[in-house]
Amino acid sequence: MNANRELSRLSGWGNTAPSMCHVVDASGLDTIRAAIDESNARGVIARGLGRSYGAPAQNAGGTVLLMTDHGDSSIVLDHMTGLVTADARVSLERLMTELVPQGWFVPVTPGTRQVTVGGAIASDIHGKNHHVDGSFGDHVVKITLLTSEGDVRVLTPNESSSEFWATVGGMGLTGVILNATFKMIPITTSRMRVETSRAENLSALMAAMQDDRNYRYSVAWIDLVAKGTRMGRGVLTRGDHASLSDLKSVDESSALEFNPKTLLSAPPIFPTGMLNKWTVSAFNELWFRKAPARVHESIETIGAFFHPLDGVRQWNRLYGRSGFVQYQFVIPFGAEDTLEAIVQKLSAENCASFLAVLKYFGKANPGPLSFPMEGWTLALDVPAHGGRMAAVFAEVDELVLRAGGRHYLAKDAHIRPDAVVRGYPRLQEWCEVQQRMDPRRMWQSDLARRLRLTTG
Amino acid sequence: MENGLGIPQTIALFGASSEIGQAVIREIMQVGVANVVLAVRNQASVTQFKDELQGTYPGVNVSVHQFDALEFESHDGLIAGIVTEVGDIDVAVAAFGVLGGEPCESLLATDAVQVAQVNYTGTVSLLGALAGQMQRQSHGKIVYISSVAGERVRRGNPVYGSSKAGADAFAQGLSDRLVGSGVTLMIVRPGFVASKMTAHLKPAPFATTPGAVAVATAKGLKSGRRIIWVPGLLRVVFSVFRHLPLPIWRKVAAKG
Ligand SMILES: Cc1cc2nc3c(=O)[nH]c(=O)nc-3n(C[C@H](O)[C@H](O)[C@H](O)COP(=O)(O)OP(=O)(O)OC[C@H]3O[C@@H](n4cnc5c(N)ncnc54)[C@H](O)[C@@H]3O)c2cc1C
Ligand SMILES: NC(=O)c1ccc[n+]([C@@H]2O[C@H](COP(=O)([O-])OP(=O)(O)OC[C@H]3O[C@@H](n4cnc5c(N)ncnc54)[C@H](OP(=O)(O)O)[C@@H]3O)[C@@H](O)[C@H]2O)c1
Repeated sequence: MNANRELSRLSGWGNTAPSMCHVVDASGLDTIRAAIDESNARGVIARGLGRSYGAPAQNAGGTVLLMTDHGDSSIVLDHMTGLVTADARVSLERLMTELVPQGWFVPVTPGTRQVTVGGAIASDIHGKNHHVDGSFGDHVVKITLLTSEGDVRVLTPNESSSEFWATVGGMGLTGVILNATFKMIPITTSRMRVETSRAENLSALMAAMQDDRNYRYSVAWIDLVAKGTRMGRGVLTRGDHASLSDLKSVDESSALEFNPKTLLSAPPIFPTGMLNKWTVSAFNELWFRKAPARVHESIETIGAFFHPLDGVRQWNRLYGRSGFVQYQFVIPFGAEDTLEAIVQKLSAENCASFLAVLKYFGKANPGPLSFPMEGWTLALDVPAHGGRMAAVFAEVDELVLRAGGRHYLAKDAHIRPDAVVRGYPRLQEWCEVQQRMDPRRMWQSDLARRLRLTTG
Repeated sequence: MENGLGIPQTIALFGASSEIGQAVIREIMQVGVANVVLAVRNQASVTQFKDELQGTYPGVNVSVHQFDALEFESHDGLIAGIVTEVGDIDVAVAAFGVLGGEPCESLLATDAVQVAQVNYTGTVSLLGALAGQMQRQSHGKIVYISSVAGERVRRGNPVYGSSKAGADAFAQGLSDRLVGSGVTLMIVRPGFVASKMTAHLKPAPFATTPGAVAVATAKGLKSGRRIIWVPGLLRVVFSVFRHLPLPIWRKVAAKG
């Protein structure tokens, strides 16, 4: 038993709700099996790069398996089909660094490249192309999973559909993903052709997004500080991978160049409260003015278009010691009034989110716990020291759930168990498969305990 | 676990009909708490409190569990049952206790042994079970409502005073044992509190209210204190009392 092993403090990207866990660097299958054998009743959970905001990749009093790459995990690409088989520890950054120069891009990328393949599947992450391409799980053809019994199982969407889809979006609670095979997207350049436009308020923005289907990638940033007739004003950026003919100034030999360098890093710890409604509103004003009033076309790098925040290392420290929470929900089309009401509420509360991200989702996939579904998704950052936020969130949660919407578990830091029951109508189905796959109840996390996911 | 906003998810009160205990729960409750557990001897005695909590915090899950401090063997099972039902316990408040009747010629003719068992053995048993669970969790906060009565025991109530003294000393040792485990234990030492326990007595100097004890407890929890006194001045008063020469102490103590 590991009663005497050292405990380490872990938290998610938001730096909130830390917990003390036994951390094991899961370098190989033997190490993972040994860690499982030695674990206590608090169980085990896998952790990738810890980019989820809340507590899905930590396990108070239990074991955490660090599933990250030391640069030696394997990536095998089939050049004919674009199918890649990658170790679950590999980061999307490494995939891009190695495969973009060969003309292949990841099927889905979140707002940061610093996520692992395992984390991408377990959270069934979505990107700016969800309305066209779906989420990460839609591109996966095979998952190799270590079960709590110690067996290595191969899951595919056809032969083992319920286990496969319980694992996609399953937050690590069905087993340890060892590797996965998924389809990459062919590209001819490493640049993006981007169209930027701005909208004076939320309705204008939502109207403009009606033709999102004509663009592969689309996302809007909205200003939650603006009030009155400018409430919900935003900047819409849409685009696609540029073709060689789109690039005038770049010669063919450097067309697929990819450079993931970070630019600067945030100071170690910002004083709590630095980000208040004054600094945020000044920032948002500048940012809105910077966007062109008319539709504007440009060529950008992959980094600038998809991962602007990766340019500042550890920017999460900007929120100070008490950390921050990210709040993301989706509500179905037809509930636009609810979205307006929520934006109005958040704007009235001066909740000091820099910018909120609004996006139009396409169809849901078969994963019972997969977050995306047809509708509007809104994501915002909120400093965790604002005492009033719990009450504001409680009101917004109720609006979301009443409209038939739900919350993103990879970002959640506060909802209660009943919000999952109401938001994910197929929860029970997932629980049954999960319990079948883990009769020993080995897989546990702080998130799973808070939301009663594995006790069903 | 606390959630990302620092809000405990499960709060449990042992001796849930206690006026001080209920006041503490009212003070530390907030929107976002998922579960309140009321552990009590007579379940019907907390119906009103349960309704009050559910009315003030819509959506909160309030569950009532059978708890008798004297049924020592049941304590581990009680904690396990709570955890199975609602998950990890984040904050536990132990507020049960009995004052006992006036001592007569033979101490044993009163309820002396029972008072000692509820206040001392019951506390050892329950806090022990709680600490075990919280150590497995690697997180959690225990609040033990002690008393200044244990600081220097008076002839008026030697059983109560000594049982509180013993439990307080136990809690101090346990609190030290927990250092580094992620679990904390805070000891609250109120003076005379106007509650149903003391309704038949005339208030002592520095008398306070359940509400004031609750405010100080919430503050102490936030700042991570090990011991608090309510009112705070009693810390100074008792550091004098402890060293008073016996004849003077007997006179002082005879007044309370
Ligand atoms: C700046 C930023 C922007 C983001 N933008 C987006 C976005 O646009 N869209 C989006 O969908 N998400 C976004 N996210 C969230 C992020 O994509 C997800 O939280 C993702 O799961 C993080 O991957 P990770 O490797 O860091 O996993 P972790 O955060 O370490 O873990 C996340 C979950 O995956 C599980 N897991 C990890 N590895 C394995 C494994 N090998 N086997 C089984 N389970 C495993 C963990 O148990 C946990 O439940 C963003 C995050 C940040 C910080
Ligand atoms: N009031 C004061 O002046 C004062 C001062 C300092 C410290 N304290 C301490 O504060 C705590 C709370 O007291 P209070 O003032 O709130 O008085 P209270 O309202 O009388 O509360 C004491 C509670 O203990 C419960 N209890 C008694 N025996 C029990 C048993 N065997 N098992 C389970 N529960 C039992 C009682 O429950 P029932 O309803 O079932 O009887 C009662 O609700 C006590 O520990 C007390 O020693 C009080």
